[in-house]
Amino acid sequence: MTRMQQSVDSTQAIAESDAVAVERTLAGDRDAYRVLVERHSHSVFRLAYRMTGNRHDAEEVVQEAFLRGYQKLGQFAARANFGTWVYRIAANYAIDRMRQRQKEDARRDTPRIEDRDGMENDPVNRVQDEAPTPERLTQSLELRKQMEQALAALSEAERTAFVMRHWEGCGIEEIAGVLKSSSSAAKNTVFRAVQKLRYALQPFVETKTQVRAMGTES
Amino acid sequence: MMHMKEEELIAYREGVAEQRAVIADHLAACEECRAEMARIEAVLAALDTLPVPDPGADYGRHVWKEIAPRLAEKPDRWWQVWFAPRRLAAAGGIVALIVAAFLAGRISKRGNAPDNVANQEQVRERVLVVAVGEHLGHSERMLIELSNEAPENPKQKEVDISAEQRRAEDLLQENRLYRQTALREGDAGLANVLDELERVLLDVAHSPGEVTPVQLEAIQKKIEARGILFKVRVVNKELQQRQEATKPAPPQNDSAKRERNKV
Repeated sequence: MTRMQQSVDSTQAIAESDAVAVERTLAGDRDAYRVLVERHSHSVFRLAYRMTGNRHDAEEVVQEAFLRGYQKLGQFAARANFGTWVYRIAANYAIDRMRQRQKEDARRDTPRIEDRDGMENDPVNRVQDEAPTPERLTQSLELRKQMEQALAALSEAERTAFVMRHWEGCGIEEIAGVLKSSSSAAKNTVFRAVQKLRYALQPFVETKTQVRAMGTES
Repeated sequence: MMHMKEEELIAYREGVAEQRAVIADHLAACEECRAEMARIEAVLAALDTLPVPDPGADYGRHVWKEIAPRLAEKPDRWWQVWFAPRRLAAAGGIVALIVAAFLAGRISKRGNAPDNVANQEQVRERVLVVAVGEHLGHSERMLIELSNEAPENPKQKEVDISAEQRRAEDLLQENRLYRQTALREGDAGLANVLDELERVLLDVAHSPGEVTPVQLEAIQKKIEARGILFKVRVVNKELQQRQEATKPAPPQNDSAKRERNKV
């Protein structure tokens, strides 16, 4: 059996197992929902973190998505993929959360202190091939800051479309569903997001590449 | 040689291009487009290094622990969604207060008759005053936010109004209940304003989540033309005054309602 076939089988087995868990939950077995929560929490967290940009909001989105999922489970019955469905709920709630956060920040009129995850999560430490020289360290921290700012500057729809497509590999139809737009509008939103990110980050990416090249030569 | 547009290269890179084979062939033959694609990929590759914190191996258990106490015994079946708390909240509040009004009326029947009628009327009045006031406040805030929406820059092709749209959907359910109650209570003035508000809420709820600047302007003009924000504010102010008026014990004077019903 090929790896791809194994992967398809495994996805199918999870979907079938999800469908059973959904039916059992609807029949009143609350613990069956626990299986769904434990199985999908990590992926929903990843989506929520990438959309909201901070851990606190991401955790709130995850909890709210599963709460709403439970309340609306009766509407899900005919569908096949619980993971996709709860993803969509989480994305919708994350959009609301981002808007709310933006308004709160605007009211306070002060920049929000994002929760930073410390040096252990810095991109510089993920690069295995070279030792972090002071130049590279500075450049990487600067690049990370720029990347976070560029993502924060996207509209909610653009950020949602980019996260769902680029990082989560969601289909255009699914993204269009969350954005309540047509498929062509969703595609266009993905394009706009990448274009904005490109223009905001290209100078820094090029600088970083140059600094790396200089570091390698020395 | 004609080069690929940036849009086509990004669509290709993100796997949403319609003519993948054509773009692939072009990239194989065109050094300039390959260089352009490499620049796009460099930015995306940098973004891929942005970390997502690991919430921990037992995160799923943690989430369950947090939400389990907040779950009902059994989730709703599809038909029960129509009776979901959110949709019933407004109706529930009204029913509870109407029951209270009814009971207040029954109990006070033991006292003198004119006072009983006044008390009963007072409680009914407060039903609409408290709940509708809150509803109008929420509607006003949503409409103000929608009226203030604007494209971030002149080149922006679409504006996201999905949050307002979802709120309009929720408010629409409540609005219908309040309008029907106002009609039953004979408060024609309030029912009229709620009817106008309902049409605006319907327009917003049925709009796409993303609208073009022209569509957005059309929605904003409709809101402005109907003067709904002004009417909502006036009625809300009047309701606040009525709320104050219905607080003390003195007999209810419903002249204000009659006056507005003449309008």
